[in-house]
Amino acid sequence: MTNSACECLLQLYEDQLELEDYQSGVPRWCSGCGDNAILAAVQRLCRDQRLRPEKTVFVSGIGCSSRFPHYMKTFGFHGVHGRALPVAEGIRMARPDLHVFVNTGDGDCCSIGAAHWIHAIRYNMNMTVMLHDNRIYGLTKMQVSPTSPKGTKSNTTPRGSQLEALRPLTVTLGVENVSFVAQAVDWVPELLYDILHKAFHHRGCSFVRIVQRCPEWLPNAFDPWMQDPMRLLLLTHENGLEPGATVSRVYGNQEVHDPGNIHRAREIASIDDPIPVGILYRNPSVPCYEDLCQSGELNTAEFIRAGLEAEFDKFTVWPQVD
Amino acid sequence: MNDTSLRKKAPRSKGAAPGRKAAATLTQHVVEVISDSGEGAQRCGQALGAIAARMGNGVWTVEIIPAEIRPPARSVAGASGNRIRLGASSVSNGGDETDLVVAFNEQVLLGRIRAGELKPDCTILLECTWRDSADPKVAASYREAYDRLVAAGYKVYEIPMEQQCRALVADSRRGKNMFVLGMLCSIYSLDLVLAREQIEQTFSKKAASVIETNISLLNAGHEWAEANLDFKYHIPAARATVPQIVVNGNTALALGVLASGMEICSMYPITPATSASHYLSECFHRVGGIVHQAEDEIAACAFAIGASYAGKCAVTITSGPGYSLKQEAIGLAVMAEIPMVVVDVQRGGPSTGQPTKVEQGDLLTTIFGSHGDAPKVVMATSTIEDCFYAMITARKIAETFNMVVVVLSDASLATSQTPFARPGFDTAWVAPPVDQSPMPPGTRSYDWDATTGLARRLIPGQPDGMHAVTGLAHDRLSRVAYDPDINQEGLRARSLKLAALQKTLKTPPVFGDPHGDLLIIGWGSTRGAIEEAVECLRGEGMKVASMHLQFLQPMAAGIKEIMARFNKVMTIETNWSDSLEDEIIDETNRRYAALATLLRARYLVDVDCWTEVRGQPIKPGTICRVIREKWHH
Repeated sequence: MTNSACECLLQLYEDQLELEDYQSGVPRWCSGCGDNAILAAVQRLCRDQRLRPEKTVFVSGIGCSSRFPHYMKTFGFHGVHGRALPVAEGIRMARPDLHVFVNTGDGDCCSIGAAHWIHAIRYNMNMTVMLHDNRIYGLTKMQVSPTSPKGTKSNTTPRGSQLEALRPLTVTLGVENVSFVAQAVDWVPELLYDILHKAFHHRGCSFVRIVQRCPEWLPNAFDPWMQDPMRLLLLTHENGLEPGATVSRVYGNQEVHDPGNIHRAREIASIDDPIPVGILYRNPSVPCYEDLCQSGELNTAEFIRAGLEAEFDKFTVWPQVD
Repeated sequence: MNDTSLRKKAPRSKGAAPGRKAAATLTQHVVEVISDSGEGAQRCGQALGAIAARMGNGVWTVEIIPAEIRPPARSVAGASGNRIRLGASSVSNGGDETDLVVAFNEQVLLGRIRAGELKPDCTILLECTWRDSADPKVAASYREAYDRLVAAGYKVYEIPMEQQCRALVADSRRGKNMFVLGMLCSIYSLDLVLAREQIEQTFSKKAASVIETNISLLNAGHEWAEANLDFKYHIPAARATVPQIVVNGNTALALGVLASGMEICSMYPITPATSASHYLSECFHRVGGIVHQAEDEIAACAFAIGASYAGKCAVTITSGPGYSLKQEAIGLAVMAEIPMVVVDVQRGGPSTGQPTKVEQGDLLTTIFGSHGDAPKVVMATSTIEDCFYAMITARKIAETFNMVVVVLSDASLATSQTPFARPGFDTAWVAPPVDQSPMPPGTRSYDWDATTGLARRLIPGQPDGMHAVTGLAHDRLSRVAYDPDINQEGLRARSLKLAALQKTLKTPPVFGDPHGDLLIIGWGSTRGAIEEAVECLRGEGMKVASMHLQFLQPMAAGIKEIMARFNKVMTIETNWSDSLEDEIIDETNRRYAALATLLRARYLVDVDCWTEVRGQPIKPGTICRVIREKWHH
């Protein structure tokens, strides 16, 4: 595989990178859209982690949030609806030297791409997955999403949606090989940043659901939660989030939750109100699929020749010798 | 297998037994070995093919596969085995109906007769243990079938295979196949020493006692045939002078993937493509490659796109229904100009269709499929050897032009074997290392060349190469295009790349006279049968020639000029076309075969077609008959 070759090419840069080094274009999201907050947190994370822009790839599908890669001055891949995860997996498999991030919406991940979501958790490839969950289809102009609360009025459910909302965290925590699950809200930037920071440093598939506002199609939907800090349940632990004094003072509704406890994590995942914020689950010992697949061989022409000749030998009919 | 000590010790065949006719010399013969699943007819047939290949005979073997995994024993639909065509010179296809068949029971034989696969005077060697079966129903069914076969004019020999084997092995049902191999070696005057070597190779991973038992079965079969059969054949052979590879088309495709320098294959199981991935899974790591079985066809394609985007070209291998699922993602690869090789081992369709049967039904889908204008390269393999080299060519084109290259094979090539010269490794096959060189600031990610539409591909890791690839219409900086001129420009660039490739293609050669009355054009696995038919018809004095297209999109220059040198042009294909003989079909509503449709549209030539969709490869004799009928009309 290419990893050894790429490792040889790794350079240790000393230059200071600024926020502008990660910014590209002016986001065309609506004012007040949660995507803006996520973009700001991610750009800050890249700067603080000094990620080389050329070594960083943001992969997305289709939807409002999937415009994300266009606003990062890194490599980006804005693909087709629902398929961000398998594209990101291919990148990761080919290039373990790259930092891979995925930005996907609730329609992209939990509806059209749901099969890939389940399997991405199971593959546990090293990448940070951000589920931008605004509970509505935005780009196609307000249709119900799998995460829309029951009764949501939309263009396809004018009398209110009939089905209970799917809970992305309980689904994710039900999949074998799950290794990192967290939840953030777009309106508390400090916690959003801290959670993404933890996700980035986890080796494996870090799944972060970000509850976000859609000012256009579901205006004021989260106002009651924004106005009452007690309606967030802040998860703290020495192995999870350790919020600063200011945040702790504002968000007093807290639970000390060990991210190693998957049973409690699953209970927390099914709480809708208050909204849990923090690291629900983390297990650094789950192997990554790419590590299990990599041969670690340097793929030279001579190596290929030797492998190929050995295979030819299996099928060769030699001329008769007298 | 190069154990010469064994060769010295082993006695050579003594030739025909007293009372037996001298061996009749043949130029070619088609033989089938058929049994229930699990009785080893496949292994016997493959060994026969390999021995004949070593003798220097032309060989073409085809697997006979039942549709079910475990069909009931002694069932008409359950025939499993091999069809082997032996020739004095090289053989390019499975040939016409079968001349000689060895059947382990009468039911599987009836299946082959119903399928129209046996010659009317076919020689049948039939296991006769059923005649005295303890089950009266089985015995009655056997006797009735035997009588009917004899009455129908087949030359039936009843052979006590099981009884003969019982002295040598405990489970005579399982040893029968090597006994039959010995019989066939006697019938076709094949060298027993080579047969023994073949058995040693076939069972090389088994204990020495297993090899010994199988060699004793082989000898017993040979002796029995020498003593009891009144006929014998000899197919002259030109001794092979170079090492040859004997694999089926799917294994050849996989070997081609190894040789091409591609490192990632992502796939989802589908018949008849999967055996290529099975073999690749076994050996890809030996050249540093990875096979990823994705959660579905779409993911397999998206995974390949991601891997290609991040470095070298990746491949995804599928069959028709899987190709349909991949089409949206293929459109993305076209738009984003990501190199990718997609292999479509075609089968019968639409829908689940005939998964194990032969059809060339995906040509138009692969050329015009996806959505919007999605130009991609489509090439077809026409021989087993071609399956190997096509993968190397496909990877090179994909990376040179940053395009999707679709390689079409089909169930016929996938399950057939014929020897081809062992390729000599060439370092030029292998892909260059992933480009990680820094780009000058201001580099544009889609800097389309005004003439060829080509743009340099920027790969993650290249300093100052950063950009966001997008499936949206985009400008030269990969920014989302809101300007109508930019969309026009992007579509032009992606289309021009096909023309640029076309300028590098050679005009396909004409098989036969350069001008004449009829030109047959084909593509894919029909090549051998078409060329054999052309040769035969030319022998009858007809002015017929053929041309086989490797590139279907783009088509090489010079084709129109070749067509102009013939009075009539027609395609022969294994896909659907309406027949003018049908009451409501006329020139205004006739649906032409896929290649005929393409040729008519491109060259404004009245190209006719003849097609057959019987799930089997088209036979050379059938083509001869069709052309003769057209000729005399």
